Amino acid sequence: MLWGALLYGVVNSVTLALVALGFNLTFGISGIANFSYGAMYVLAGYGTWMMLQRLGLPLLAAIPAMVLATALLGALLYRIVLVRVRGMVISEVIATFGIGLAILELFRYLGFIGFQYTLPVFADGSLQVGPLYLDLQRVFILIVGGSLTGFLWFFTRYTRTGLAFRGIAQDEYTALCLGIDSDKVATLSLSFGGGLCALAAVVILPIGTISVDAGYDVLLEALAVCIVGGLGSALGMVIASFVLGMAQSVTSLYMGSHWMMIVNLLAILLILGIRPSGLMGKQKELEERI
Amino acid sequence: MQSPILQVRELTKDFGGLRAVDRVSFELGEGESVGIIGPNGSGKTTLVNLITGFVKPDSGEVRFRGKVITGMPPYCIARMGVARTFQMARPFYNLAAYKNLVVPLFSPRVRSLLGGGYGDRDTVALDLLEEVGFERDSSVPYKPASVLPHGYLKRLELARCLAIRPDLILLDELFSGLSLAEVASTVPIIEKLQMEGRSLILIEHRLRELFRIVDRVIVLNFGQKIAEGNPREVMDSDEVKRAYLGTEADG
Amino acid sequence: MRSRGSGCTGMNKSRTRKERVDRGVKARSEDVFALSSWREILYLLAPRLLPVLVLFLLALVLPVYWKKVLVSSAIFGILAMSWDFLVCAGLVSLGQALFFGVGAYLAGTFHHLWGWPWWLTLPLASLLGGGICTLLLAPVLRLRGIYFSMVTLVLPLMLVRIIEATKALGGTEGLSGIQGFPGLGVELVLSVGMFLAALFGYRRILGTDYGLVMQGIRDNDRSVISSGINAHWFRAQALFLAGCMGALAGAFMTHAYMFVGMPVFALDYSILPITAAVVGGMGSIAGPALGAFILVPLSEALRALGALRIVFYGVFLVIFIVGLPEGLFHYLKRKYHQFERWTAVES
Repeated sequence: MLWGALLYGVVNSVTLALVALGFNLTFGISGIANFSYGAMYVLAGYGTWMMLQRLGLPLLAAIPAMVLATALLGALLYRIVLVRVRGMVISEVIATFGIGLAILELFRYLGFIGFQYTLPVFADGSLQVGPLYLDLQRVFILIVGGSLTGFLWFFTRYTRTGLAFRGIAQDEYTALCLGIDSDKVATLSLSFGGGLCALAAVVILPIGTISVDAGYDVLLEALAVCIVGGLGSALGMVIASFVLGMAQSVTSLYMGSHWMMIVNLLAILLILGIRPSGLMGKQKELEERI
Repeated sequence: MQSPILQVRELTKDFGGLRAVDRVSFELGEGESVGIIGPNGSGKTTLVNLITGFVKPDSGEVRFRGKVITGMPPYCIARMGVARTFQMARPFYNLAAYKNLVVPLFSPRVRSLLGGGYGDRDTVALDLLEEVGFERDSSVPYKPASVLPHGYLKRLELARCLAIRPDLILLDELFSGLSLAEVASTVPIIEKLQMEGRSLILIEHRLRELFRIVDRVIVLNFGQKIAEGNPREVMDSDEVKRAYLGTEADG
Repeated sequence: MRSRGSGCTGMNKSRTRKERVDRGVKARSEDVFALSSWREILYLLAPRLLPVLVLFLLALVLPVYWKKVLVSSAIFGILAMSWDFLVCAGLVSLGQALFFGVGAYLAGTFHHLWGWPWWLTLPLASLLGGGICTLLLAPVLRLRGIYFSMVTLVLPLMLVRIIEATKALGGTEGLSGIQGFPGLGVELVLSVGMFLAALFGYRRILGTDYGLVMQGIRDNDRSVISSGINAHWFRAQALFLAGCMGALAGAFMTHAYMFVGMPVFALDYSILPITAAVVGGMGSIAGPALGAFILVPLSEALRALGALRIVFYGVFLVIFIVGLPEGLFHYLKRKYHQFERWTAVES
């Protein structure tokens, strides 16, 4: 029993990390709030479904197509909407949230509710881990999640574009002075975030069904992971996903799944009360309090 | 011998790996004025933040009139009579200049000092502006703060500070960005404060003007106090010269 | 500020630019000169009397269905104004549903457990609701803006799930059979009355020196703190003043619908005040009130579209925040006070 809880806890944690990756890239690392993240996740899910069912595309074609499409959507989102409200975080939040809301509720209105909305798993079968069997899709989650997190860490530390992402969050004017085109970098950041979001969606959604409400949950989970881990820290994000993921698993086992989201929300509240910069955040003390 | 108005003992503050203030100690007597100088990044503003409570020190103690104020919230320290200016003078841009002062005049300290029935805040605000050099009968006090030039903004910041009738005033780079003429017109205001018996701490880069106002100067470098004394002897010290100008090898 | 090239004035290559100038009547109505003639007095009074007269007229003239819409608009106007008051103090709440829901549940519980009538539950739910929400949010008042906003987003969502999980306060079914108001007339008088009280009350507060300090805390709180004012206490007071009105709105709705359930914490009640403020103009109190009176009737008119309404909210939100960020009220106010003209650019 404990073995099972542990294993599923790990899978849950990596799932959380995978979900939060794209959001962390735009909000935590580049400092741009994209509260339509949940909508993009669901959009990627339904989009892939439609490509598979209506257009008859094979999975191997649909996935890259969707990832690219979502990345493009992210870029457009910046170019059309965000560029006009850049700098005022609350306006960014409101504008992107409005878009996300419109998208999600449009899906609900068009009737995309039901058990037929699922994505196929990559491969059937399962892997034996100790005394338990882990289905291959979950193994894929572990692989994809782990490698993407590693890639993100490497990217933001050692590549020029990645460092530029961090630069525009830390001090936009200085970044501009150094020749970093902040609009171009922001567009890239949002498209990367969108692409990562879509990738997470196609890997995780096969486990269950695609639902509109998942859009709100995903946003909250990504927000929880980023806040608890500390905005801007990839390591913090990993630690936070494990803390939250394990807590969720345990809660789900002993108290019922109702309480899982409450754990997320409680974690946000606790962290904001005790250590607002997050477990590994780097916000200066002076800026936070007072 | 009067007891000192301010006692700072072994004040230390680290930010991550950087030691911003390193065991700084000094005393200030009632009515005395002291200058704090040092190259950029030597911890001068952090020291002010520590004394006024905006930053909590890692160790050390600050006493105001004998009472320990380390760790007290900044608004409490302000209510005791300690005022400070901010290096980046940011007024309430949308309000008229004199309306800016209505806010500090709302402070409980003002109410308790002046009693219940003091004049209308607007009048007091206009008087304050006149004290810091705004021409009374001009339209300048009524203009929104967003259109005031830099020199006036600095004076507004000073007026904001004086509104709460402080006994100890910490002025963070009051003269920075002012023209010679503006400095010349600000110095008499400082001298008047000294004559009123207020204690001043001035952080400055403009040494010529500073040395005319204060008798004692403290030099900081990399968070440490490296010299203290009257301006002449401090500026003659080798260590101070090294701090400002670098050693010969740097050339 | 656009400018036109040469050829307009002829003589030399002078350019012109657009300039905004206060209207003569506005300049004349500043200060004591406002009493100099009827024109100035009317200029000042008109915008203030307008909402009162219009609401009075509408309450008399509209058919029953639209009278109910008027009540709804007034209540959501109160909720939107309470949001805006927080913005004036520098607090952006992404979860106004918290105040609404707490007030709603308090009123429902007071009636359900002890059978108290509406004229008792409304003021009590309002005050107690404001107090509870202030206490809940007090710990995060010290933090910088965005953290406060995130907590307000999270709290109502958490409360919903706690109610769902613990099945307290009626659980998923909620509390029904709450006493309603004795007639539509009472609802109208109450809601419109409270609306006008909130509108003029909040604006009055913001005009006093106390209100000036509160807005000062929004603009530059360190400056205010260094004058010896306890900014946190002020923010807590702002939270209470806003929370009471938000809770009052919720309590009213409980009696109007004779039911209270989990939906009172729904995202809708958090989004509506923000949309109303974005459309109407943030920071002016009157703006969100105007916004509510645009959005609620619009939403009713579009009722046939069902869930598509929220899609409209979202799109509306985005269009306004990008296209007319200052909001309708600020735009109208500017037009009322100032006019534009082309002037020569001094070379």
